[in-house]
Formats: sequence, C-alpha cells, structure tokens
Amino acid sequence: MTNLLDAPERPKRPSRGGGAADRGIGPGSGNRPDAAGGSRVARIGSGIRSLLTSPKYGPVIVTAVLFVAVFVIGGVRYRGFFSGQVFLNLLVDNSYLIVLAVGMTFVILTGGIDLSVGAVVALSGMIAASLLQTGWSPAVVIPLILVLTSVLGLLVGLMIHVFKVQPFIATLAAMFLARGLCYVISQNSISITDPTFVQLAIARIPLGGNLSITPSVIIAVAVVAVAVWVLHATRFGRTVYAIGGGEQSGLLMGLPVARTKVLVYVISGFCSGLAGVLFTFYTLSGYPLTAVGTELDAIAAVVIGGTLLTGGYGFVLGSVLGVLVLGVIQTIITFEGTLSSWWTKIFIGALLLVFIILQKVLTARRR
Amino acid sequence: MTDPAAPVVEMRGISIEFPGVKALDGVDFRMFPGEVHSLMGENGAGKSTLIKALTGVYGIDGGTISLEGTHVAFGGPAQAQAAGISTVYQEVNLLPNLSVAENIMLGREPRRFGAIDWRAMRRRSAALLQGLNLDIDPGSLLGDHSLAVQQLIAIARAIDVNAKVLILDEPTSSLDSDEVAELFRVIRSLKEQGVAILFVSHFLDQVYEICDRLTVLRNGKLVGEYLVEELLRIDLVQKMIGKELTALDDLEQRARSVVVDESDAATFVHASKLGRRGGIQPADLPIAAGEVVGLAGLLGSGRTEFARLLGGIDRADTGELAILGRVTRLRTPRQAISHRIAFSSENRRDEGIVGDLTVRDNIVLALQADRGWFRPIPKKRQDELTQSYIQALNIRPANPDALVRNLSGGNQQKVLLARWLAIAPRLLILDEPTRGIDIGAKAEIQKLVFTLAENGMSVLFISAELEEVLRLSHRVVVLRDRRVVADLENDGLTVDALLALIADGSVEADDTLLAASVVASDAAPPAASAPLAPTDHAPGGRA
Ligand SMILES: Nc1ncnc2c1ncn2[C@@H]1O[C@H](COP(=O)(O)OP(=O)(O)OP(=O)(O)O)[C@@H](O)[C@H]1O
Ligand SMILES: [Mg+2]
Repeated sequence: MTNLLDAPERPKRPSRGGGAADRGIGPGSGNRPDAAGGSRVARIGSGIRSLLTSPKYGPVIVTAVLFVAVFVIGGVRYRGFFSGQVFLNLLVDNSYLIVLAVGMTFVILTGGIDLSVGAVVALSGMIAASLLQTGWSPAVVIPLILVLTSVLGLLVGLMIHVFKVQPFIATLAAMFLARGLCYVISQNSISITDPTFVQLAIARIPLGGNLSITPSVIIAVAVVAVAVWVLHATRFGRTVYAIGGGEQSGLLMGLPVARTKVLVYVISGFCSGLAGVLFTFYTLSGYPLTAVGTELDAIAAVVIGGTLLTGGYGFVLGSVLGVLVLGVIQTIITFEGTLSSWWTKIFIGALLLVFIILQKVLTARRR
Repeated sequence: MTDPAAPVVEMRGISIEFPGVKALDGVDFRMFPGEVHSLMGENGAGKSTLIKALTGVYGIDGGTISLEGTHVAFGGPAQAQAAGISTVYQEVNLLPNLSVAENIMLGREPRRFGAIDWRAMRRRSAALLQGLNLDIDPGSLLGDHSLAVQQLIAIARAIDVNAKVLILDEPTSSLDSDEVAELFRVIRSLKEQGVAILFVSHFLDQVYEICDRLTVLRNGKLVGEYLVEELLRIDLVQKMIGKELTALDDLEQRARSVVVDESDAATFVHASKLGRRGGIQPADLPIAAGEVVGLAGLLGSGRTEFARLLGGIDRADTGELAILGRVTRLRTPRQAISHRIAFSSENRRDEGIVGDLTVRDNIVLALQADRGWFRPIPKKRQDELTQSYIQALNIRPANPDALVRNLSGGNQQKVLLARWLAIAPRLLILDEPTRGIDIGAKAEIQKLVFTLAENGMSVLFISAELEEVLRLSHRVVVLRDRRVVADLENDGLTVDALLALIADGSVEADDTLLAASVVASDAAPPAASAPLAPTDHAPGGRA
C-alpha cells in the first residue's frame, strides 16, 4: 500500500459540506473557499445563514425574532401594551405552562412524547383541594403530590422501557388513568380555602417601579434554571440529547440509555405535579375537567421553541420562548377586545403550521 | 512477537443462534496482550457477532468468556468498557446531533464541581484528533462530516480510554490510504504499550501489514488460528471461502481488453460546467453508453459531491446536464430514476437500506417507486427478481423474508446494490459500492458491473481503493480540492501515477508513463490557482 505521508505538501483534509465545520463558533469565522475572498459583510452574511439553517440554533433564533416582532406589533397597535408589566404578566399567567414545557422538553429531546401532563395537572389540583379540605397541612400535601406524580412518571417510563410500549400509547394510558382518578376523588369542583394557598395566590412580589410578580414565577424561573443546567452541564443531560440523536448508537457507546429514558418521564411527571400546584395557586380550586388539552399547549410551546419532535435538537430556553409566544398572542387577543378567545387557538394552530414549515425549509437548505 | 503466556481475552465454545440462523457455532477465540489480531471471514461469517458477544451486546447461548483469567458476562457495552474493552463497532455508531468533541468524550466528560468542563473537553478532543492528524473543529456538528471523518472520530473515541483490549470492526472501510497509514501508526504505538488489538478488515493488504495473528471463521464456525507470517494469502483466501478464487485475475484481463467502441457509443450523459457552491467547482464530464468512469481523489476532494449532482440528490447551482443530448434538470432522485440514473450512496445505513423491511422489499423498492405505488409489482415477479439477485450477488442468508437490519454489513451492501440494479439503470452511480464486502463477493460485483457495461450501461464508480478504480474503469477522472484536475484514459495508468496526481497534480512527479497518458494536463496547471479551463475532452481524450 502506498503511503502518502512523505508526499510534499500534503493537502489539508477539508471536511465535507462546505463551511459546515465553522458552525457553532459564530459568524466571521467562516473559512470556506467561496467566502475567503469576499468582504466581511459577505462573511458575516454566510455566518448568519449557516446559523439560521443549523438545526440546532436556527429554529430558536426564528422564534426569538418572532416573539420580539409580535411584541412590537402589539406595542404599535395598542396603548399600554409596551410595558414591563405586560411582559411580566406573560410569566405570571403562564408560569405553570412554563414548568410543564420544561418537563416536556426533556421527553421530546429523547424522541418521546408525554400526553399525560394535562390530566396530571388536574389530578394534582384535585388531590390538593381534597386533602386541604380535610385539614391536611400544605407542607405535607405539596411534597406528597410531587412524589405521587413522579411515581406515576416512573411507572410510565418503566412501561416504555421494559415493555417497549410506544410513548404515545403509554402516556395516553396514563392520561386516562389520571383523568379517571380525578373523578374518583370528586365529580365537582372543590374550592381551596387554606390560608397558605390563598396567601400564595394573592401574594405579589414587588420588583420596584410598579412592577411585580408572583411566587409562582419565581418557582418557574428556578425550574428553568435547574433544567438548563442539567441539560447543558451534566452527563445525564447530554445523554438525553444522545438518545434523541440515536438510541442504538448511544447504547453501543456505553451510555446509560435505559436509566436516562426512564428518568425523563419521572422528570416530566414531577414537572406536571409542580405545574398542577402552581395552577391551583392560580385558580384556588380543584376541578376534574381543568387543563383539558393543556398537554397540547405544552407540546406546541416546545415545538415552537425549536425542539425537533424526533428528538436530539432543542433547548429549554427555546421552550420558554415558545410559551411566551403563545402568551403574547393571547394577550393581543385580549387587547383587541372584540375577538373571542377561540381566536387564540386558531392563531396558535396557524403559527404552529407556519413554524414547522419554516423549520423544514431552513434545515432543508443545508442539503 | 507476543508473549505466549496468558491470553487477555479467551472465548471458548461460543454459540449464538438467531431465529433461523446459527450465527456462531462453538467458536474458540483468544487474544494476547501486545498483539494485533485479525478476525477474517466472508460476509456473514460471524465476525461482528463474535465481537458483540464479547462486549455484551448479545447474550451467548453457550460457551464461556474470560478476561485476564476471570470469567465475565457483560450486560452491555457500558460494562465491557468499564472492564477495559474499548470497541468501534461496524458502521459508524455516533450521534449526528452532537459536536465532534462530545462524540469523542460522551460518558467520560471531564467535570469540574459536578458540571461538564466544556473547555477541557474541547482541548482533550482536539489533542486526540491531532493525534490522528485530523484537522477539524471539535465544536462542529458530527453530522456535517463525511463518513470517513466520522469513522476516524469513532476511532478517536475508542483510543481515548486506557483500554486493555481495543476492538476495531472494519474501521478502514471508508478510509483512504493516508488515513489508514495514520491509523496504523496509532495501532503500532498502542501495541507497544501492550494493548491487545482486534482488527477486522476485508483488505488483505492491510491485514498483512499490521496483524500478527489471525482467526478465520466460516459460516459461524472456527476454521483455525494462524500466525500471519506463516500463512500465504492464497491459503488464507481458500480458508475463508472454502474454495479457490480465480475470478479476480480473470477480471483484470478482461478489463484491460475491453475498449469502448466510440463510433457507436453515444454519449449518455454530458455534464457541462456542472457545479455547486461549497461542493464542487463547475466541471465537465461526458459519459458514453457502456463506459465505466472512475472518480479518484482524496477524501473531501468533491468526488461524492460531484456524483450526488449527477444522481439528482443535490441540485446543481451552475451548469447543465444533458441526457442523450437533451438538457435536463434533475431536481430529485426520483427524476433521476425516471431517466434511469441510479445513485447508490456510500452511507448505506442512513441513505440506503431500510432496516425494518425485508430483503425482498428493499430490492424492489426503487423499481416499485418508479412504477408508482398504484401499480404494484406482482408477487411472483418480486420473488423472481429477489431470487435472481440473491443468487447473483450471493446474499446470505438466502431468505427473501429476512429483515435487512439483521443482515451482516456486507450483505446489506449487496441488497442495496441489487435494488439499483433492479431498475435496469442506464447510468449507475456507485459511491463506494464494495465497502465492507468480502473479496469473493467483491469480484462477483465487479464482474457484474463489467457485464452490465458491456451491455450498454454506463457506470460512474467511486472508490477509495485505487486498485479497484483502475481495474474497472475505462476512464479515470481525478479530483482535487473540489475541482476536476485530470481526465485520463485508463491505458497503462498505475496506482502510483494516480496517487501522485491526486496528491499534488504535478505531472512531472516521477512517472514517464503518466506524462504520456495525461490528456488534460494542460488544462490543469500545477499551480491550481486559476479556475479550471474547460476540459476539451473529445478530441484528445480518445487518442
Ligand atoms: N440481530 C440479528 N438477528 C438475526 N440474524 C442476525 C443478527 N445479527 C447477525 N445475524 C446473522 O448472523 C450472521 C453473522 O453476521 P455478522 O454480522 O457477524 O457477519 P460478519 O462476519 O460481521 O459479516 P460482514 O463482513 O458482512 O460484516 C449473518 O448471517 C447475519 O445475518
Ligand atoms: Mg461485520
């Protein structure tokens, strides 16, 4: 076999798919031959182009731009829209959805799905309301809910992993189970009068300058922060991405695929329980029919936030952006005044469609 | 040589049975520290299965495994890794959505205060890549790199751990000779440190260059263990296939003697100034009916990119393609297929076979797609087709209902080839068609390509193995740095001459033979800075 090592000036081995290698380290570093001679503008242009068409960052950037655009449009059209409190209210009104979306992001990153989250929100509301009614202390009730919903997630995860049930089916079963349990607890709405819950529901934390948030927002922000850290900086988090990229490969690479796959549903269960608690802070009642279809809102937020439904690509912060986009549309419709709230659903539907097409077009550009 | 004292790995009487196939039948296998051991055998002999048995991917139905004298039974690759067995499985098993650095370090990332230390990770993986002389950004996405680069990254991952045993299942199937040399350098230094290395390859040259000892399997049974220096190649081949092989020599004779009769050989496709930004600079390429054109070039020279344009996989942004004299735009592979142009990808797992379908379904797939799904191919015809290709290409197991994902790597490649042959293409583009195929089957496939070309099919042939390119092609087109630098009649061309041209294009490199046969040398100035002047192919080319 001939050895090329001694050949003079052996050409450097370029990577295939021109300019691909410089993605991820920002614009301006492109060293592909066709950009080398161009001006700086052209180089930054191609950097932006490659960032936009990257399956990793492209969709998130588009969502961020979209959010800002919708917010600006709202600010131009309506008086009083362009205020800090309107933005903060997005967080206040959607803190439970943010928590749900965080759990859902973990699941979808592995290529799975969790349809049970809406029903679990309702279930934890029912448990809270009924136990508080019989005089249990919130200090016991809240941890109990979180444990129960995590265990439910664990069961779902085991079903998926051990019996190889499709996540869609397994979580659908969990959804019916949770919704059914709501009715077992009570057919009717139970209101919450526990002083701690009432306090938490009406409490406002001032941020100065007439701005304020609720305790729920702080909890949601904390959940997001922890999730970002876990996904970015722990082996568990990276394994979540690995499973989405290729479960079989992950297994052959010696990663703890089984454990991670089950844990992801535990996390989603935990987040649903927590979201249920935040939701009761918001409504101060438990009702078996609440949060119907909320799982779909959470999935929509995650997808709009740029997470690929097939797994492997996406960020928690993207999902937060997704929730905010949904929230801002709702706000606009409220400001419009004459539109019925059903328009929210129609807009979200249209947006989802546009967004998925956009993702497809952008990532197809790379080929 | 090796210390004959104690084997580090010892497998005894290993049996594994899959439904309908006895993949391993009482196989003994051992490896000593500080030796490079090769596992040899035809496609489907059981090499990969033995490796998976050792590393706990498959449970064994019978036999014992011991590592350094103690019995082990690994529950999975993670446990095998922890015990000091580092493995690169056949096919690239990495994660396209993560960065190169992560793919190398995943599962053992350097950490600070419980968090992954990304800077240290990048630094360490950059050093590892450097060790393989691979000049890529560790932060880039794995999926953006070619299969060969990915293969090297998988190797980098495996050698990063301080393993006692390093297993490489067909690590060189996509590599060029200089990458192979790089890998061998690394293997030698590991061997010096006392690591036992298992090296599987269908390239006899490579086996004879690097290995000390080899074990031959045939049909899941052990044939024997031999010292490489005591076994002649011809005997090795005979032990592998159980009979003598003469086909290859025949072919050589035939290839040289067949000359395309240019008077009635109409040009089937003619690419003029066909190019794509970032892929390949505008280039001309006529291919006559019945002509076999080889594309030669280093990794990343643009050979695959060029082929993808002709196959309608990627769209060209400059130039045009004429099919039988009519200018045609190929936007999708489907359009290409309707013009009877077939493209067989080098990446058989992701762009080729459909693992969850049967052998039969995979073979009729393209034909059915071309007919349209409302005109199903009659079952009887499907069976005939499948049977004929199973026989012609010797696909094993010869079971049309087997799931393709359960076939051995080489047999999957044969199924992929059969799919494209089934549409009776007029131009067949083969990107590394013999990757992972054993020498017997390789000869069969080469023979088939030849017979088809004699019957008027054009072939565009890409292979990292230059001997193979030269053996099959009437004409060789050389690419470098994403442009065509020469278009040569294959008439007295040698591998060395081709290599010199590929490496730096300096025609006066050494060969006088070469100087005579370079037809387009004046169109490709050695400096290679000016854009390539149009290659005036027709007049001089056939001289
Ligand atoms: N998961 C499986 N299910 C069923 N059969 C299998 C499975 N894995 C392998 N086989 C069969 O076992 C036999 C040995 O396959 P193996 O992959 O070990 O071959 P190999 O020697 O590595 O061949 P190659 O050179 O083509 O890679 C083949 O007949 C194959 O079809
Ligand atoms: Mg194999």
